[in-house]
Amino acid sequence: MAVTTQRVTLPPVEQSWIARLFDWKPFLVFICMLPAVGLLLVFLTYPLGLGIWLAFTDTRIGRPGEWIGFENYISLLQDDTYLMAVWWTFFYTLVATIGKFALGLWLALLLNHHLPFKSFIRAIILIPWIVPTVLSAIAFWWIYDPQFSIISYILVDKLGLFDHYIDFLGDTWNARWSLIAANIWRGIPFVAICLLAGLQTISPSLYEAAMIDGASAWQRFRYVTFPMLMPILAVVLTFSVIFTFTDFQLVYAITRGGPANSTHLMATLAFQRAIPGGQLGEGAAIAVSMIPFLVFATVFSYFALARRKWQQGGKDD
Amino acid sequence: MTEAATTAGAATSFVERSGPIEWASLPRRTVTVYLPLACFVIVLLFPFYWMAITTFKSNEELYDYKNFNPFWVSSPTLANVNKLLFQTDYPSWLVTTMTVAVVSTFLSLVASVLAAYAIQRLRFKGSQWVGLAIYLAYLVPPSILFIPLATMVYQLGLFDSPMALILTYPTFLIPFCTWLLIGYFKSIPYELEECALIDGATRLQILWQITLPLAVPGLISAGIFAFTLSWNEFIYALAFIQSAEKKTVPVAVLTQLVEGDVYHWGSLMAGALLGSIPVAIFYSFFVEYYVSSLTGAVKE
Repeated sequence: MAVTTQRVTLPPVEQSWIARLFDWKPFLVFICMLPAVGLLLVFLTYPLGLGIWLAFTDTRIGRPGEWIGFENYISLLQDDTYLMAVWWTFFYTLVATIGKFALGLWLALLLNHHLPFKSFIRAIILIPWIVPTVLSAIAFWWIYDPQFSIISYILVDKLGLFDHYIDFLGDTWNARWSLIAANIWRGIPFVAICLLAGLQTISPSLYEAAMIDGASAWQRFRYVTFPMLMPILAVVLTFSVIFTFTDFQLVYAITRGGPANSTHLMATLAFQRAIPGGQLGEGAAIAVSMIPFLVFATVFSYFALARRKWQQGGKDD
Repeated sequence: MTEAATTAGAATSFVERSGPIEWASLPRRTVTVYLPLACFVIVLLFPFYWMAITTFKSNEELYDYKNFNPFWVSSPTLANVNKLLFQTDYPSWLVTTMTVAVVSTFLSLVASVLAAYAIQRLRFKGSQWVGLAIYLAYLVPPSILFIPLATMVYQLGLFDSPMALILTYPTFLIPFCTWLLIGYFKSIPYELEECALIDGATRLQILWQITLPLAVPGLISAGIFAFTLSWNEFIYALAFIQSAEKKTVPVAVLTQLVEGDVYHWGSLMAGALLGSIPVAIFYSFFVEYYVSSLTGAVKE
């Protein structure tokens, strides 16, 4: 191919109207925000409003509902199953969160040591968090089997601590503690890895200064590690509380609310009443009754974040 | 990430040179560090070990702890895996789950990249508030949305179709990915874009040819997060899909493999194991991105 110089001067760049439209900022912003905001408005904001509306109606599957005011809530307040679910949801959230954070913080502190194969250990520790919750819940279901539980086998046949196999999921409190244990198991990796990231940002010179001042290991933890970790702890805590409070999968997979509805969380009870039960209005009322707590937790998170920026001397951007 | 890595490096070098902090002798260190750590690792991994070992046990071995050591398989068999793959709809569940996860991840990534770019780089009036609203959207859990969404899905005629999942999964994927990408775009110097603007590039050219190539690690993190989140999603898939063959793996294993009161633990465990392996493999390839984005997202 011969190199030809047919045209030395380029014609002036003629921008088409489309190109100019895309350089017009308001239009560009609109186009960029459209997919995300559109999807979120249609499939998140609208359903949220629809859910609140449904909570005040007697909608059933296949039948549009009518406005009935607070009737759903009045009947729920006299419903022992619902009240038990509310109490159990709070108890579950509280105990599981304490467990997750105590053990997660301990694990993070252990991982913060100089260890061989550190990144490998860090990687495999996250596995419980990666694998679909329902699938690991099924493994727990099998571990908690009344006849062939491996825990019972170790406790009874190997160690001889009990004389009979434990009925993990058949007894109310056994089932509750089993669920809490499974939830803690699943939550530890997330908490530990997040707190480890927080620990690694703490400047070693702070520990040096504390050591020169003669601080003991406990004092170094109490007065250096803990306050420095507080901002990240607050954020992870809020996330963990919100997602434990609205948990569904673990309970649905392991006990389905049994025995005798004693382990129904608010989310599983809402599902039970709305989808298999067909009472969409009542189910929505149960789900909506979780919102006040979520708002409280979110506001708490917002102020924790704001305080953190203020602590670091940053401006609120 | 590099910053975290350097501080980590500084921390370890500090630990090595200063006597008192690591005054612990090897026995003491074993008791205070290695032993608890080993317990953590064993407890955290045991359910998977148990899952794997049950998968390869034959039925007589599975229910007999007296004659066989329960912690080992004496005669491994593929009968459970075989039953799962050839006598159930497992392959089609895998395909559905994979399709839904890939398509919704792609959709969310496109939407999030554009939104994050607009919020972080175009800086229109009120962009902070839009950013905050998207962050808040992440805090709305699926447990309170599935009932109204079920009625919507039904009215739209999408009930029992994978399309329902593809459209609803972005509700929790977009907020997370946008949030992650905003943080990532922040780290890309603004001067590069200014240069391109001076050279006469259009805004879309800048996004496509300058910002996106630089944001590839952020895109990968957001992508793997979105993929694992949609693979693990349960409540929408449970509520919106009814036909056995269209279910996703987590739902199908729980609802289709349990027949009445008889639990076939071997095939249940095989189903759980095979459903976990794809995410585990995917995760192992990108573990560094995963950990750094997880911790980076929380830090930011």
